[in-house]
Amino acid sequence: MKTSLDDFLKKDSEWLKGTGPNSDIVMSSRVRLARNLDRLAFSHWADKKQQESIMNAVFDAARSVSYLKDALFIRLKDLSEVDRFFLVERHLMSPEHTKDVEFKALIVDPKEIVSIMVNEEDHLRIQVLQSGFNLMEAWRIVDSIDTELSNKLSFAYSAKWGYLTACPTNTGTGLRGSVMLHLPSLVFTAQIGKILQATAKLGLNIRGLYGEGTEASGNLFQVSNQVSLGRTEEDMIDNIERIINQIIAREETTRRTISTKNREALVDRVWRAYGTLKSAHIITSNETIALLSAIRLGVDLGIVKNLDRRMVNELLILTQPSHLQKLEGKILNSNERDMKRAELIRERLT
Amino acid sequence: MNCDVCGKKEATVHLTEIVNEQMTKLNLCEDCAREKGAQMEEHFGLSELLSGLTDMGTAVEPEVAITTTCSNCSLTYQNFRKIGRLGCSECYEAFKKELSPLLKRIHGADRHIGKVSLRGGKTIKNTRTLQDLKVQLEKAIQTEEFEEAAKLRDKIRDFEKKAKAKEE
Repeated sequence: MKTSLDDFLKKDSEWLKGTGPNSDIVMSSRVRLARNLDRLAFSHWADKKQQESIMNAVFDAARSVSYLKDALFIRLKDLSEVDRFFLVERHLMSPEHTKDVEFKALIVDPKEIVSIMVNEEDHLRIQVLQSGFNLMEAWRIVDSIDTELSNKLSFAYSAKWGYLTACPTNTGTGLRGSVMLHLPSLVFTAQIGKILQATAKLGLNIRGLYGEGTEASGNLFQVSNQVSLGRTEEDMIDNIERIINQIIAREETTRRTISTKNREALVDRVWRAYGTLKSAHIITSNETIALLSAIRLGVDLGIVKNLDRRMVNELLILTQPSHLQKLEGKILNSNERDMKRAELIRERLT
Repeated sequence: MNCDVCGKKEATVHLTEIVNEQMTKLNLCEDCAREKGAQMEEHFGLSELLSGLTDMGTAVEPEVAITTTCSNCSLTYQNFRKIGRLGCSECYEAFKKELSPLLKRIHGADRHIGKVSLRGGKTIKNTRTLQDLKVQLEKAIQTEEFEEAAKLRDKIRDFEKKAKAKEE
């Protein structure tokens, strides 16, 4: 199992390819479904024995799912702390899933498109990650996996309230669709505050991927639906897509304006970021994310030509703490990480 | 119009909330409105927020609600209010009365119209049609389209008769 997880380090996740619709602005799309086994105590309320039998039942069922035939079945208690956070950094599981790990598990396919958290808040959290703006495709995949699983597992479901979940905020479809957006020009031009407010009013959740609110570092934002009951899944996805399309359009117009009316300032900003990353010997994770955001914009607008989007995406993940420690093969303290990070970036940018 | 929370005093405060393009209206008397306002300011965490919301529905008979226990997993309603998580799928049945208004407050709806679980798919579909008809009937009455309402009423009767015949 150890070696298989290490294989992830040598390749990119599918969602980091930087391809797919609108991939200049939308980094990735994700749809997850919350599912529970009928009548069995939800994971937080179950005792160890029940948690174990839930885990075994899910493992058995998942082995027959066509999408998961080459998947890794990982028990989190078998992993080191670094390995657990490595999976979090790759967006394959939540930070909560790294705690109380005895009967927690993760099923993940080798392309890192599908992952199932077992015994997180719900018995199953099935997620599908796609590169670019691709929510409907992600929904189709997760829908088919859910259907295959339901041939083997008896899911908690009521005619009136749909799929029953540990938290009433997920009841109904158990669906959360989310999109990761890179919105540098909306941040530079201080339009982001208004967008955040408007989006929240439309029943969507928006938050910084790293950091909170308008202070989100790297100008990366995650938008997702708040409500899971009273609409069909397709309708929910459609609703998110329509609102995201408007945000994309606004970011595009602003990018065009900046790159024509304020081109020198933009070019200056991009190349200064490049220069810093190329010459730094000590650099924090936060500074890296902020500078990579400027370079990404430079790549999107044809200012930086010797890099592509995929390489920028890759650097964003590889420079995270657990990735650095796995690359180095040992535990590093924060100072050592800042040096290792700078070294890695210098190598990659030559 | 009486207050939606205490049901006793005249409602003078009318709250309209829009979640997901769906409007929920809440009619409150001054006292309950003040209490709700205070709750909203106090509550930040999810479990607090949830129990804040559930208070709305249980204000009438709080003691009965708090001691309700799920017979399948033995979680009490009080446990739920404290941790903000239910204990098992059967809790939804055990705390039906309290959860119904809560789900409506969270989602602006209290009826699932999404994917139908495979098990017992057919019965669920029938129930869904019946529920749809009932909702349409309500709407027709509200908009005073009585001809349409009469048609829907006959359809519902017909549907229920058929369902009964099948059971027997």
